[in-house]
Amino acid sequence: MYEGIIQDLIDEFGRLPGIGPKSAQRITFHIVQSQSADVTRLAELLATVRERVRFCTQCGNVSEQELCSICRDARRDAGLICVVEEPKDVVAIERTRQFRGLYHVLGGAISPIDGVGPDDLNITQLMRRLADTEVREVILATDPNLEGEATATYLTRLLKTLEVPVSRLASGLPVGGDLEFADEITLGRAFEGRLTVS
Amino acid sequence: MPLYRDEAVVLRTHKLGESDRIVTMLSRDRGQIRAVAKGVRRTASKFGARLEPFMVADIQFFEGRTLDTITQAETLGAYGGNIAADFDRYAVANVMVETAERLTTEDEPARQQYLLLVGALRSLARGEHPPGLTRDSYLLRALSLAGWAPNFSECVRCGGELPAAHGGGTALVVQLGGTVCDACAPPGSPRMSAETIALLGTLLAGEWGRAKAHGEGTRAQARGFVSAYTQWHIERGIRSLRYGH
Ligand SMILES: [Zn+2]
Ligand SMILES: [Zn+2]
Repeated sequence: MYEGIIQDLIDEFGRLPGIGPKSAQRITFHIVQSQSADVTRLAELLATVRERVRFCTQCGNVSEQELCSICRDARRDAGLICVVEEPKDVVAIERTRQFRGLYHVLGGAISPIDGVGPDDLNITQLMRRLADTEVREVILATDPNLEGEATATYLTRLLKTLEVPVSRLASGLPVGGDLEFADEITLGRAFEGRLTVS
Repeated sequence: MPLYRDEAVVLRTHKLGESDRIVTMLSRDRGQIRAVAKGVRRTASKFGARLEPFMVADIQFFEGRTLDTITQAETLGAYGGNIAADFDRYAVANVMVETAERLTTEDEPARQQYLLLVGALRSLARGEHPPGLTRDSYLLRALSLAGWAPNFSECVRCGGELPAAHGGGTALVVQLGGTVCDACAPPGSPRMSAETIALLGTLLAGEWGRAKAHGEGTRAQARGFVSAYTQWHIERGIRSLRYGH
């Protein structure tokens, strides 16, 4: 344990996803020892991000405006909607350059043991969006792990009521992983080989 | 000894760092184990889906100072896929692993809890029974193993005969641990039909043939009692019980 404010900062970093106590300590001492201009810039950036970044009102992706840059792009095919868990999955799929449709970001996967149920995700928004617009296909691109599969199962059952064709990313994505780690080729192939599920 | 081996069922996982996970398991011989699976979130990981929730595996661990590391895993029961493919099963499996996590600790072996959980997950994955009945039977038996066995066959206060023995409605009190006769029932006790009392008894005993004969109304009543009984005994309750039905 360190004294007062240093320990407060370590605790604060330790609360961030993926940061263990050792990393939290390392980051804290890096900040304490770095040039004051760097730290000031970081502090300002954190405040600005908090202020300016919000979620796209249509797809739930991060955005600095009411609609994100993908939803604003008239060249994208509005008849295709790819459903993902997190904004970082949008980035991973964009890298493949395979997909020219729009996205819907759920904000996570259904995991009751972690207190995340269907109502905690942007699912109602998705249903409303599909009811209001003409969509040819919904592509479920949740993570290829258990929670992602279960979330896709739930959505497939729900989307049946709307009679929209639904497909699921397939081949080449071994179960157990996170979508963001799939390389462009594997992810691209998964898109091409997607399977109709309803 | 820096290396050890055990059979274990995965209860839950947490992301750690860039591509690792902390895996919480219930093992056959050592109670709960929390260990790191390195690189498991990379799509090329050697572990694949073997360390996903609800999977049973033969696992080799390397003892660390704070957390142990998983070095090998061989699948013994690949139940995750069939469970994730059906949302009702998934909701039930969540309740079961969360309950097992709360009823066991890292210091104490819990072989009976391990065997009960693995059996229930296997049955769920195979779709042997309606998922809701599998959950309620599991909860009653897991709580019994933990020392909170309910009683549905006699009055928990005086041991006397129940109205249910003659087909009558019977008082069933969560706080008293089961059925009570009319003479012992506190005023205002909730009453259940004789069918519900019978269903609870068959779920506790794991008599599936007789359990499945009961209709949805009776199952819903039994479910209400089992949920309340579970939440009453487990401090802070089971979060997953809020989902599914
Ligand atoms: Zn958008
Ligand atoms: Zn009595």
